[in-house]
Amino acid sequence: MSSLSDVANAKAPRTGPNRALGTGLEARGVHAWFTKHHALADVSLDFAPGSVTALIGPSGCGKSTFIRTLNRMHEFIPGAAMAGEVLLDGKDVYAPGIDVTKIRLQIGMVFQKPNPFPSMTIGENVLSGLKLAQLKTENKDDLMEECLERAGLWKEVKDRLGAHGGSLSGGQQQRLCIARALAVSPQVLLMDEPCSALDPGSTLRIEETIRQLSETMTIVIVTHNMQQAARVSDYTAFFLSDGGPGQMVEYAPTTEIFSRPKDKRTEDYVTGRFG
Amino acid sequence: MQTVPAPREITTEPRRSDKVFRRVVTAGGLSSLGILGLITVFLGYRGSGIIFEQGFSFITSADWTVSYDESGEVVESSFGLAAMLVGTILSALVAVVVAVPVSVAMALFLNFYSPPSLRKFLIAIIDLMAAFPSLLFGLWGFLVLMPSVEYWAKLLNKYLGFIPIFDVDVYIFTRSPFIAGVVLAIMIIPIITSVSREVFSQTPLDRIQAAFALGATRWSMIKAVVIPYGRSGVIGGAMLGLGRAMGETVAVYTVLNIVFQVNWQILLGAGGNVASLIILRFGEANLYEIDALMAAGLALFMLTLLVNGLADFIVKRTGKSGR
Amino acid sequence: MSYENVKPRSPWKASKKDRLINASIFLATLVFSFVFVLISPLSGKLGYFVTFFVTYALANAALSFKRYSVKAAKDSAIQVLIVCGSLLAVLPIASIVFTVISKGYKGIQPHIFVEDMSLATATDPISNGGLLHAITGTLTMVAIAMVLSVPLGILTALYLTEIRGRFSRPIRFLVQAMSGVPSVVAGLFILSAVIYPITKANSGFMGSLALTILMIPTVARTSEEVLKLIPEDLREAGTALGGTQWRTVAMIVVPAARSGLITAVILGVARIIGETAPLLLVTGGGDKVNPNPFDGAMGSLPYYIWKSFGSGSEDGITRAWAGLLVLLVIIIILFSLARLLSSRKVSR
Repeated sequence: MSSLSDVANAKAPRTGPNRALGTGLEARGVHAWFTKHHALADVSLDFAPGSVTALIGPSGCGKSTFIRTLNRMHEFIPGAAMAGEVLLDGKDVYAPGIDVTKIRLQIGMVFQKPNPFPSMTIGENVLSGLKLAQLKTENKDDLMEECLERAGLWKEVKDRLGAHGGSLSGGQQQRLCIARALAVSPQVLLMDEPCSALDPGSTLRIEETIRQLSETMTIVIVTHNMQQAARVSDYTAFFLSDGGPGQMVEYAPTTEIFSRPKDKRTEDYVTGRFG
Repeated sequence: MQTVPAPREITTEPRRSDKVFRRVVTAGGLSSLGILGLITVFLGYRGSGIIFEQGFSFITSADWTVSYDESGEVVESSFGLAAMLVGTILSALVAVVVAVPVSVAMALFLNFYSPPSLRKFLIAIIDLMAAFPSLLFGLWGFLVLMPSVEYWAKLLNKYLGFIPIFDVDVYIFTRSPFIAGVVLAIMIIPIITSVSREVFSQTPLDRIQAAFALGATRWSMIKAVVIPYGRSGVIGGAMLGLGRAMGETVAVYTVLNIVFQVNWQILLGAGGNVASLIILRFGEANLYEIDALMAAGLALFMLTLLVNGLADFIVKRTGKSGR
Repeated sequence: MSYENVKPRSPWKASKKDRLINASIFLATLVFSFVFVLISPLSGKLGYFVTFFVTYALANAALSFKRYSVKAAKDSAIQVLIVCGSLLAVLPIASIVFTVISKGYKGIQPHIFVEDMSLATATDPISNGGLLHAITGTLTMVAIAMVLSVPLGILTALYLTEIRGRFSRPIRFLVQAMSGVPSVVAGLFILSAVIYPITKANSGFMGSLALTILMIPTVARTSEEVLKLIPEDLREAGTALGGTQWRTVAMIVVPAARSGLITAVILGVARIIGETAPLLLVTGGGDKVNPNPFDGAMGSLPYYIWKSFGSGSEDGITRAWAGLLVLLVIIIILFSLARLLSSRKVSR
């Protein structure tokens, strides 16, 4: 079995950040609370445009909380609070007067469990974002095909776009959810353990999709699976909670995290000594 | 030592459409408050005159008479609800005492004894029964059930007559609070059954299996796991049934002999019920007496609110223990 | 390797011998209770019922005791008691349905669906007059009550499941309290709040208002149950796609719960369609078809049944049972529809 650092090195070398995709997403000193519970402390991370960043760490280290602060889904939990800034194209998404729904259009999200809308067909699911946000598009069919193509699902569903989303397998449903997120053309795609409910075969398909998508957008993926982090990401951030709030222990290019981690705790985690 | 910054205030300015949406939904949600409030205000407004006039005798006296002279002016009037209130509570209690064991047995049967195919059918039947009109229970109770219940009442009186409530002064067993209670029991069985079935079915499966793995029989498992878990739910369901039984009108009116005299002997053919009183007197009442009926309605409304409040309190109070 | 010699078995199921023993105990008990009631002072249906179940419980307990233990004996005796209790819950419904059909079918004649009672009285033979006015009246009143109560009921449910504001707890209690409002009180309320101060006249619309009060809690509670079943991540997915709360609810949550919400409405209708007491107070109960719910007395099935039964005559009572049969058939149809829809409450 190859070591994780070999896996991380085996990826095709990437060109530098693609500045055409905007200046990207940046978190500055982000803290998060649930009522009194301090869940996340002082995370600063710059997501380079067109890169894939993996967030790894044991359960309860605050990585899911962190990505939910990025597209302002955090505030849906009663008693939630935060501190710090999240900058999208240099503008604070938490600034007063910001239109939250626009932020969420620019930062898409894929959830842990596949959740296609049950009352809609496959095709309607893909376009649901447009209807929800009342956006207009000139050619719906082309957009639908393009999104399904990018999510790697087009060949499998092109003959049954009128079927219900629930008729697909778990992995296909998750790719449908990715296509749905793509339809509103976000700059950034957040993925919260997108493969944790899927079998290994479907997981591989999703990972291929992620690699292809990263040509055109910035991706942040939370994962429990270090193999997956090594396979898909350019950068990796390791989160840990020592009983207190979760913190980011180390952030580096993925190859370095898995071959020469600087922090002892990172090394223990990626070599499987705990977690 | 790091310093933790103060939490930022998250300012979300919802879109106008969301503001409107939230306001409309909140207004709709508050409609129940509005309706209950209006019921209290209007019945109070119409009925308060009578209540002040009668004072405490409105609930302590059993006399309900009103007489008019030729021009329709009220000459003499006395409005006392005591007999009706006692009768309401008595027949509702009989109903709950009869219905609870039957409903609990049914709920246990549905959850733990019945074959799956029968279960679905029985649940549908029980739910359907909850939607039967009360008139149907009334007519059926009057024409079909009454002769049987009369016979049971005679048996009860013969063998348990030494207990004061089963004693009778006169040997009239038809149209008694007991019969009204049995009809009401049949009406509330579906309510109590479905509430109990619901809570029993939520008993954690691992606890049930743990009990079986320790060598429990079906019954000792139910006694050790299911009953403690579902007790508060059953009590809540029984209170709901009690509230329903106290407010029932036409079914009781059809089977009960309404007499303005406080009667604690449940087998004797003389009883009362506030709701039936309203229907009984409404036809011939003039505006003055109608105000008295409004006051009676208010009293009934308050009584059912009290019982419902109590049910809520008991379920919330005991809900935590045993879970 | 072949497994042809291995036969699947279910050793935990009752064997043929067990079933034979059970059946013979059942038959023996049946015969015994018949004989016992004949020779003892007990009599009647109650006598048979009690003797049979006591003997059957004892016989089962004795068998379990002989085979296993005291604990098992108690278990099987209680099982018999529980079955007996369930039978007691189901017997009335069987008797009620049987009674309605056997007494009502005589009164069901084609002409009753096209005639009203404007030229007949309740004591006339059934060949005179019909219940057209009652059916149209009931349908009109229920339709109006539906239009008024469905929005309020569903909005209440949406408040509890989507807004989850600070009034959630009190509102949940108030809805429960409202479902306990005696129907006669709803009638008195309309009388005191609308008829006496404003309209000064009975009408079908007044009946609808009273029925609305009784229907709202049923719709609200059932809808809340249904909306609670919609998974939270669907709401989050809608919001994460840039939907406002209003559009997420309207486009995702409500459509996903559609069939369940229809069930809630049907159950609400089934709850009120047979209500009698408030209609006696506020509708006036006319005898002829009245298409205008806002003017003049309006008949209804419950009122018709009540009046026919109250006449006390043989023909009147036949009329009442026929009316009940019609009402029951409508309720059963509504109920079956609700069942059919709720079997796919959340189409996922």
